[in-house]
Amino acid sequence: MRYLPLTPADRAEMLGLIGAASIDDLFSDVPAEARLSGPIAGLPMHASEMAVERHMAALAAKNLSAGAAPFFLGAGAYRHHIPASVDHLIQRGEFLTAYTPYQPEIAQGTLQVLFEFQTQVARLLGTDIANASMYDGSTACWEAIAMAGRVTGRKRAVLSGGLHPHYVASVQTMARFTGDTIDARTPKLDAAPDDAGVIAAIDGETACAVVQYPDILGRIPDLAAIAAATQAAGALLVVVVTEPVALGLLEAPGKLGADIVVGEGQSLGVGLQFGGPYLGLFGCREKFVRQMPGRLTGQTVDADGRRGFVLTLSTREQHIRREKATSNICTSSVLCALAFSIHMTLLGGEGLARLAAINHGRAQALAARLAGVPGVRLLNDAWFNEFTVLLPGDAREVVRALADRQVLGGVSLGRLYPGVPELRRGLLVTATETATDEDIETLATALGEILEGMPA
Amino acid sequence: MSRYFTRDHEWIEVEGDTGTVGITDYAQGQLGDITFVELPAAGQAVKKGDSVSVVDSVKAASDIYTPASGAVTDVNHALADEPELVNADAEAGGWLYRLKLSDPGELGGLMDRAGYEEYVGGL
Amino acid sequence: MNAPNTSGWRPAMGPAGDAEAGLATASGDRGLMVEEPLIFELGAGNGCGVDFDQSGPEPLPLPSLSRFLRKSAPALPGLSEPDAMRHYTRLSRQNYAIDLGPFPLGSCTMKHNPRLNEKTARLPGFADIHPLQPQQTVRGAFEVIHQLAHWLITLTGMEAVAMSPKAGAHGELCGLLCIRAAHDARGSARRVVLVPESAHGTNPATAAFAGYRVESIPGTADGRVDLAALKARLGGGRDSDVAGVMITNPNTCGLFERDMRAISGAVHAAGGYVYCDGANFNAIVGKVRPGDLGIDAMHINLHKTFSTPHGGGGPGSGPVVLSAALAPFAPLPFVTRDTDGTVRLVEEEDAPADGPQTFGRMAAFHGQMGMFTRALTYILSHGADGLRQVAEDAVLNANYVLRSLDGVLDAPFGGSGPCMHEALFSDAGLPEGFSTLDIAKGLIDEGFHPMTIYFPLVVHGAMLVEPTECESRQGLDRLIASLRAVAERALAGDETLKSAPRFAPRRRLDETRAARKPVLTWQGHVQPPAAPSLSETGGG
Repeated sequence: MRYLPLTPADRAEMLGLIGAASIDDLFSDVPAEARLSGPIAGLPMHASEMAVERHMAALAAKNLSAGAAPFFLGAGAYRHHIPASVDHLIQRGEFLTAYTPYQPEIAQGTLQVLFEFQTQVARLLGTDIANASMYDGSTACWEAIAMAGRVTGRKRAVLSGGLHPHYVASVQTMARFTGDTIDARTPKLDAAPDDAGVIAAIDGETACAVVQYPDILGRIPDLAAIAAATQAAGALLVVVVTEPVALGLLEAPGKLGADIVVGEGQSLGVGLQFGGPYLGLFGCREKFVRQMPGRLTGQTVDADGRRGFVLTLSTREQHIRREKATSNICTSSVLCALAFSIHMTLLGGEGLARLAAINHGRAQALAARLAGVPGVRLLNDAWFNEFTVLLPGDAREVVRALADRQVLGGVSLGRLYPGVPELRRGLLVTATETATDEDIETLATALGEILEGMPA
Repeated sequence: MSRYFTRDHEWIEVEGDTGTVGITDYAQGQLGDITFVELPAAGQAVKKGDSVSVVDSVKAASDIYTPASGAVTDVNHALADEPELVNADAEAGGWLYRLKLSDPGELGGLMDRAGYEEYVGGL
Repeated sequence: MNAPNTSGWRPAMGPAGDAEAGLATASGDRGLMVEEPLIFELGAGNGCGVDFDQSGPEPLPLPSLSRFLRKSAPALPGLSEPDAMRHYTRLSRQNYAIDLGPFPLGSCTMKHNPRLNEKTARLPGFADIHPLQPQQTVRGAFEVIHQLAHWLITLTGMEAVAMSPKAGAHGELCGLLCIRAAHDARGSARRVVLVPESAHGTNPATAAFAGYRVESIPGTADGRVDLAALKARLGGGRDSDVAGVMITNPNTCGLFERDMRAISGAVHAAGGYVYCDGANFNAIVGKVRPGDLGIDAMHINLHKTFSTPHGGGGPGSGPVVLSAALAPFAPLPFVTRDTDGTVRLVEEEDAPADGPQTFGRMAAFHGQMGMFTRALTYILSHGADGLRQVAEDAVLNANYVLRSLDGVLDAPFGGSGPCMHEALFSDAGLPEGFSTLDIAKGLIDEGFHPMTIYFPLVVHGAMLVEPTECESRQGLDRLIASLRAVAERALAGDETLKSAPRFAPRRRLDETRAARKPVLTWQGHVQPPAAPSLSETGGG
C-alpha cells in the first residue's frame, strides 16, 4: 500500500521490541466482543492510483461543469477566472501540508500570509481589523450576530429581506438553541431593497441589524441610512458581503458606518467547488477586538529583535477559554485565505477596481439583452454583477429547461424560497468577467424559445 | 483599615465601607506576564463569589471572584494601557476595582495576611 | 520605471555580533535562508499580475449606482506575477510541513497528504460546478457525497451521517444540536452536558455555543473517564438533568476508553445521549465500529482520518455519523438514493412536510465538497483492508515511540498498558528550570516539528507525540534519537536549550508583547533603514 512505509518485516521487528506478541495485543483495551476480526465485509479492498483516478473521473464526467456551458449562476457563489499561479502556490507543500501555526518559529510563512490577509480584508471591507478567516460567509454571519449580542448585551437581531436565505436559515438554526430572537423577512419584488422596513424594525432591544450588500436579489441597500438607525438605537450594523469583487466598485461597508462586516471570500482565488470549502471574511471596529471570534495574527519581535508574527489574543478562544470562549471555532479556512490573498495581491486595488468594472459592464450587457426577450422584465434599478428578472411563469421550470439545452441560466427564486409562491417567477442571473457575448446570446435565445413555448 | 485575602488569591483592602480589590503577588507570579485585564463597569452590583473581572496572560484567562458584595464605584483605568502594572505592583498600584460594601459581615470568612501566607506556603 | 522598495523596508539583521564574525550580508539573506518583506513593503505596490480580457474601456457604471460608488480604488498593493510568485514561494520556505518531515502533533494527526487527492479534487467536473446548479447537471457530485457517506456509515456502524458540517468543531455543534432537537422533541428540557477534564477545548465551547451548561467529569489515575463519578452525576434514571456526555475515544491521553460500553449504557439509562469526539478515529478505523460501543453521534475530521490537507489551519470538514435515535434530526440538506438508483439532494425545496424532524440548516450549500472528493479518493485507495492497516500501523508506531523513550521522559500512563495512536509524556522528570517548551523548541533545532505540548490539561507539562502510520521505521528512529538527545540535554542541565531554537527562521517570539499591544494589520510604518546596502553605496 503506497501510503504506508512500514514493511511486514518492520512490523514484526517493532512488535518484538515493544514486547507485544501480535498487533492485537496493542488493541487489548478495545472490548473483545466489539473488535473486528478482519476488513469490514462488503467494502472494496485497496486500489491502484490508476483505478481510483478512473473511478473519480467517471463520477466527475457525470457533472456539467460551469466552464463547459454558458453560465450565469451566483447567489452567494461566483465564478471568476483564477490566475494559474494561485493554484500552483497553494499546492506548495509548505503551505498545503502545514498545521495551524502553533510553533511560530517554523511557521512564519503562514503567519505572515495571515497578517497580510488580515490587512487586505480590513482595507477591502473598510474595517479597522479583520481576523484570519472563518468557515464561510453563512457561519461568519451567525458569529457576527453572536458577537453583537456580547457587545450590546442584547439578544435580538433584525435581518433584512435581502439576506441570503441559506444565511437566514443558518442563523435561525443557531438562534433556536441560544434563545436569540431573530426578526427575519422575505424579500419583496421591488426595484430597491426595503431599507425602511429594516429601520422600522430596529428597537431598543435590538443587538444588530444584518444587511446584505449587494442583496440576494442584486439590489444595493443604503447602508448609511441604516447605520444611522442602528447607532441611534444603540445597536450594531452587521453588513454581509457575498460577492467581495463588488467592493472594487462600491463603497466599503465600514466606511458607511458598519460595525461588523462579514463576507464570503470565495470569489477571489477559490473555485466554485460545489459549495465548499470557502472562507468567511470577518472585520470589525478595533474596540470590539476582544469579543471577536476566530484566530488573529499579530506582529511582534523575536529574541533577537527581528520582526515576526504569532497567533495572538488566544484567551478569547476555545482551547484556553473552553466554555467561556467567544466561539467554538478551531480550524478555519487558512488555505482558502491564502488563495484569496494571492489573488488579491495579483490584482491589487487598481486591478480589483478594473475587474469590478468589467463585471458590472458584463452584467449591463446581459441585462440589456435579456430585457429584449419577450416576457422578461428586469426588476432592479441598480445592481453590480447580479440582478433579478421576472418571467411569465415558474422560473424553476425555466432553469431546468435551460439545463436541458446545456445552458446554466441562473438560480430560480423558487429554489431559494420554496415556500413563497409570489417569488416563483423570479430568476437571479449573474454575469462575471467569464461571461462572453456568445454566452449571453445563447442564454437569451434559449430563454426566448423556452418562454415562447410556455403556457402563459 | 485592614486587608483580607481569599483562597482564590484576591485581596481586599477595607477602609470604612469601601473595599479595594486586587490579586496577590503570589497570583501574579503564577499567571506570568499579564496582557489584559477585563474590569467590571462602575455602578455594577456584584455579589460575593461572582466572577467580575478576568485577568489574561498569553496562555490563560483567569476569573477574578469578588471577595465581597457591593456596588463597584471605581476601576483602575491605568490597567487599560498598562496591564503589566499587575505584575509590577499587584498589591498596591495594580489594584483592580473599588466597591462600596453592602455586607461588611462577609469579610469575617476571609484570611488575614498571616493566614494567607501560611495557606500559600502549603500549596 | 523601476522603483523597487520605495517603502524603505530592510530585512532585520541576525543576532548582534554577526558583523564582527563576518557573517553579515548586505541583503540580510544568507544563501537559501531568505527574509521577505510584507506585500505592502514590496516595490511601489501598483503592479498587476492579471491581464483582463477586454479591449475597449468598460461601460460607465449605471447612473442608478452612482450614489453607491467608492471614490477611489481600494488601497491594496498589486504585484506582477513573477513578483507574486517569489513573494509566496519565499514565504513558503519559512514553514515546516509534512512534506518536509515528521509532524508528530498529538491529537492533530498530521499524516501524508496524497497528491492523487489533489488531482481528483481539481477535475473540472468537481472543482468547477456551482452548488445551486439544477440537480440534473450534478448527479456525479451527489454520487460522491453518497459514496463517501456510505463508507463513513459502514466504517462506524451507524445509521446515518450528516455531511454538511464545515470542520470538526462544527461537527460537534451538529451532534449537540441533534441531541438538543431529540430532547426538545420529547419535551425534555435538560440543559447540562458532561465533558471530561481531558477533553479538547472545542467540546465545552461547543456545548456552551449550543446553549448548554457544561460540567466536567473527573478522570481516573490511569487516564480514563471515572465511570463511578459519571454514574453518580447522572443520577438515577429519567429525571436526570444531563442531556448528554461528550467523550473522546480514543481519548486525548492516547488511551482507549475501556469502559465505553458501560459509559454509554449508563448515559442511555439516564435518558441522555453519547457524543463521541471522533478526532482520534484514525486509531481505530477498521478495528472497531463506534456504533458497537453505544455512540449516538460522532464527528469525523476528514483531515485526520482521511488525509485531506490541513492547509495551515483549514479548511476542514466534519461529517457527523448518527445513531438511529438521532438520525431523524439531522440537518438539511442531505443526499439520498431513490429506489430507482437516482442520487439526489434533499433541501428546503424538496424536504417532505411529514419527513424527518430536521433541526434545520447549519451553513449555506451542501458541505465541503472539495474535501469529500479528497477523502473518497483516499478511502478508495486504501480500501477496507488498507484502512485497517492504517490504524494498526499508527498504533504500532506510537507504541514504538512510547517504549523507545523509556528512561528519558516520564510517561504518566505508560505503565497501564499500550497506548493507541499517540504517546503521552509529562515534564515530571525534567530538572528544575527546564520545561516542556524547552523540549519542543530544542526539537525544532533538530529539524523536527514538535509534538503537541501542554495538552491534555490533565497532565502537567504534557507532550503528546503522534507519529501516524506515515513514518517509516528509519524515520521514527531519527525522530526518537533527536527526542532522546534533547531530553538528555535537559536532564544534563544544558542551559543553551533554553535559547532554542537557534537555527529556525525566527528565535522565540515575544507573545506577551503581541497580546498587550495588538498589531493586527500593517500600520504603514516604514522601518528606518538598517546598515547601508551595497546598492546605496555603490554609486550606480
